[in-house]
Formats: sequence, structure tokens, C-alpha cells
Amino acid sequence: MFELLGISSQALFGQLLIGLINGSFYALLSLGLAVIFGMLNIINFTHGAQYMLGAFTAYFLLQYAGLAYWWAIVLAPFVVGLSGIIVERLFLQWLYKLDHLYGLLLTFGLALIFEGTFRNFFGSSGLPYSVPPALQGGQNLGFMFLPNYRAWVVVFSLAVCLTTWFVVERTKLGSYLRAATENPTLVRAFGINVPRMITLTYGFGVALAALAGVMAAPVYNVSPQMGANLIIVVFAVVVIGGMGSIMGAILTGFGLGVIEGLTKVFFPEASNTVIFIIMAIVLLIRPAGLFGRGA
Amino acid sequence: MQRVAELSKEHAVRAHSEAIAFVAMACVLVVAPAFAYPVFLMKALCFALFACAFNLLIGYVGLLSFGHALFFGWASYISAHAAKVWGFSPELAILLGAGAAAGLGVIVGALAIRRQGIYFAMITLALAQMMYFFAVQAPFTHGEDGIQAVPRGKLFGIIDLADQTNMYVTVLVIFLGCFLLIYRIINSPFGEVLKAIRENEPRAISLGYRSERYKLVAFVLSAAFAGVAGATKALVFQLASLTDVDWPMSGEVILMTLVGGLGTLFGPVAGAFFMVALENYLTTIGQWVFVVQGVIFVVCVLLFRRGIIGELAQLLRVKL
Repeated sequence: MFELLGISSQALFGQLLIGLINGSFYALLSLGLAVIFGMLNIINFTHGAQYMLGAFTAYFLLQYAGLAYWWAIVLAPFVVGLSGIIVERLFLQWLYKLDHLYGLLLTFGLALIFEGTFRNFFGSSGLPYSVPPALQGGQNLGFMFLPNYRAWVVVFSLAVCLTTWFVVERTKLGSYLRAATENPTLVRAFGINVPRMITLTYGFGVALAALAGVMAAPVYNVSPQMGANLIIVVFAVVVIGGMGSIMGAILTGFGLGVIEGLTKVFFPEASNTVIFIIMAIVLLIRPAGLFGRGA
Repeated sequence: MQRVAELSKEHAVRAHSEAIAFVAMACVLVVAPAFAYPVFLMKALCFALFACAFNLLIGYVGLLSFGHALFFGWASYISAHAAKVWGFSPELAILLGAGAAAGLGVIVGALAIRRQGIYFAMITLALAQMMYFFAVQAPFTHGEDGIQAVPRGKLFGIIDLADQTNMYVTVLVIFLGCFLLIYRIINSPFGEVLKAIRENEPRAISLGYRSERYKLVAFVLSAAFAGVAGATKALVFQLASLTDVDWPMSGEVILMTLVGGLGTLFGPVAGAFFMVALENYLTTIGQWVFVVQGVIFVVCVLLFRRGIIGELAQLLRVKL
């Protein structure tokens, strides 16, 4: 361990790691928002609530079915994604022809319903969820102690993000998706079932949020409000990055997480607000966002 | 010529129905304290003004601000601080609060109008959240406690606002004055340009209007009126707290306007009274309030997009 500018390397790299973890959640969530916005033209305000639902599903699976973390990381995104598909069929499909703002208002209402219900049953304090046995402990790297679980979160999130990028940008399925984003009518004329693609896209975006929620459960506690404040930060991340590019969302998410982590070390008073301040600066210099195309 | 005559006749009929509705609303509000609890009415009037200010943006310029709690809450902090610590008279405290909200409106508006549509909503929400964190950290706001025991003081040094009737009349005059001012703005040539931008921004630009300037002025006006509402509420309740700057407050004003009817003159007032009454009635159910609000959002968006006043206007075939 050594010191840098009067700050121990453990504190510096520890916050950097927390920053990377938050960054992976930002990346997963803004990725989902971007994919959903591309297909549905709706900004999914429920995204934070669905992240919370993911964490709670993991908690329920452990508590009532005895299914541990590894089951949860597969089942929770699936279950919450399925609930997303139901939400799309029940509510969202009626809004595609209306102004964008109605989609935002409806999903905001759904977020209030989900979060209010859970707060009513589980209060505001968090419920603990322990780190899976296989990932307990950590490595001493000399300059810092690296908990295994945190390393796993960063690596696995990065893998999921890059896989999503690969599927959307480099496969046949992804090319259908991109084509349907540009011109749904034409793609339908080629005999591709665009409405079903829209439904599945929403389910997939929601599943990404739930996956982030499962991974967050052992790091933070499982609590009804865990998504409410996060979603606002993710909106700022989306404004900074622009929703035009998948890789842009990933880079912006991780980058801002790291910057936020460093702010916690060097200027803790601003750690809550730094992302919003960066957003304001980006709006002044590059109004379309770092990776955006047009306004 | 005939077409012009028809148009001006239509305009006269419209103005006629709005004038009748305004007089009816004013009469109801004057006699209301005989039937309802004055504090409830004052709260509803403050929120009604807040919702009218919000509606000025969404209804007439088509901009959805998801951060209006910023102006409402910060104006209430500033006016509460001015009245309590600096000993400002109530009218000066409210003016200062509104001025501060307008100043914040210039900054937030200038940033937010650089992007359109859905981004505008996300930017206003993010900036409001940033100012919420400032409110949590700033020493003069007293964090979780808020600024308590704010003196209502004497209006113009003569009228004692500690008296409930005086306070009610003051709030009513502020509300009706601002309502008429907003009406005047909407129906001025400036307001017509705003509506043109709402309907077709590229065309308004091609006709030579600097649309971003119009949007910014509308944003600042909306922020200032929201500030008047917040500052007045701080005096009525003698309290400025974090609740008023937090994001659920931004959601609530959207809901009030949506329930009443987006882009209608009287909708925000009806929506505010409906929501404040509902919350009054539901205080016993605790956290379920959020669930009820969420359900109302979903129902309004799916089935009831015109809102109470919009449906009523449709039914009576008049403009309200």
C-alpha cells in the first residue's frame, strides 16, 4: 500500500472500483434505455423500478424458494423481462402513435406504482443479500484489496454490454433491429414481424435492468428506492452520451462511473452532483451529446 | 372578408365562455372559505398556480419540464429565509422568491432548450435533482428539518397575515392576479408565436422567429410563476422543506395538469383542487398515495388524455 497526494492507495483504488461498479450499472441501464428508445420511441421511466424488481426477485428466490445467486442471475432477468413484455402488451403498445411525452408519463406512473407497492410492504430500509460463497473473499494486489465479488460485477457487466453490442451491430438479428428502428413500415413489408420484435426488445431492455439489479443486491442492500434516484443519474448519462450509439452508451456509462468514484476521493461534497455538472458542460459544448447524432 | 368575420365571431364566443368561467371560478373561491377549511383552500390555490405555471410550458409551448419542483422549492426556501432571517415583509419575500426562481429559470432554461423533445424532460429532471442535492447540503436550508416557523408578517406593513382570513384573501388575490397575467400572456402576440412553435417549430423558424428565444422567455415566465406559488406556500404553511424541491413534487404538478387537462386554461386549477382534495382524503393510507398517483397517471394517459376540463369543454362545445 502506498500514498498518493495524501490519499492511501486503498482509498483511491477502492473508490475507483466502486466507480467502475456504478459505471457498469449505468452502462447496463443506459444501454437498455437506448435499445428501448430506438424501437419503441419511449423513454422508459420504469427502468429504475425494474432494476429494483430484479434485486427483489433475487431476494424472493433466495428467501422463499431457496434458490441462490447463480439461479437468480438467470431467473430474475427472465421473470422481470416477462413482466416487461406484459407491460408492453397491456399499456405501451397503445402509445406508439402519440407524442413521446405520453410514454414518459405512463412509465413514470408505472414506476410510482411498483415503488409505492414495495415501499408499503418492505419499508424504506434495505434488506441484506449476501455475496455468493464462490465469490467471497478477495485478492491482495499490493496497492489495494480487491473483493472477488466486485471484480466479478465489473467483468460480467462488461461482457454482457459487449455481447449486446455485438448482437446489435454485427449479427443478422441486430441488422433487422437496426433496420426496424430506421423504418419499421419498410421492414414489415419484407415480412418481418416488427410488433413482436418491439415487444421482445422491450422485454430484453427490461431484463438488462433486472440483471443490473441482481448484481447490485449484494453490493448495496435490496430496497424499494434503490432505482428511483439511480434512474435520474442514468438519464443524465443518456443525455451526455446521446442515445445514437450502443458503444457510446457503454463508454459513457463506465467513464462517468469512474469520474464519480474519483470525485468521491478528491472532492466528496460534489460526488452526488458531478454527473449533472458534466451534463451541463456537455450541453454547452456539444449539445447533441458525446456520441449523439443531431438533436 | 366573411372568413375574417367568422373568425372574429368565433374568437368573441371563445373569450365570452372563458370570461364566464373566470367569474364563476372567482365567485366560488370568494365564498369557499364558508364551506371548506381555509388552509386546505390556500394549499390548493398555491398548487393551482404552480400547475398553471407548468401548463404555460407544456400546454402552450409543448415543452415537458420534469424539474419544476426546482423553482417551486427554491423559491419557497429563499422567501422563507428572507422573511425569517432577513426580516423581509411578505410581499418582498414573495417577490424575491419569484425573482430567484426566474434567475434559476434562465440558467436551467438556457441549458435545457439546447435539446428537444424527450431530452428536454431528462435534462430538466437531472438539473432539478442536482439542485435538490444542493438544498440537502446548503446550511441555510437546515436539511431534513427545513426552515420552520417562518413569520407571515404584515403585508405592506399594515395587513396582519397571521389572521387566517387576511392570509386567504392575499393568496386568492395573488392567484387570481397571476391567473389573469398568464391568460394575457397566452392570448398576446407573444403567446401566438409560442403556439406556432408548439405546432410546427421549423415553420416558425422559417417565418423568422428566433424560436429558442421565445422558448427561453416562456421557460423563465413559467419558472417565475412557479416561484410565486412556492414562495406563497412557504408563507401559508410557515415552512420550507425538502419535499418541495424533490422529484415527486415535479411529478405531482405534471399529474395535476394532466388530470385537469393539458393546454386548457382552467384545467390546471381543476386538477390541482382534485389532487389536493384526494391527498387530503387519503392521508391515512400512507405509502399507497404513490400507488394511487401512479394509477391515475396510467388511466389518464391511456383513457383520459383531455383531462377533466378538456372533456367538459368537449361536452359543452366551448373553449375553457
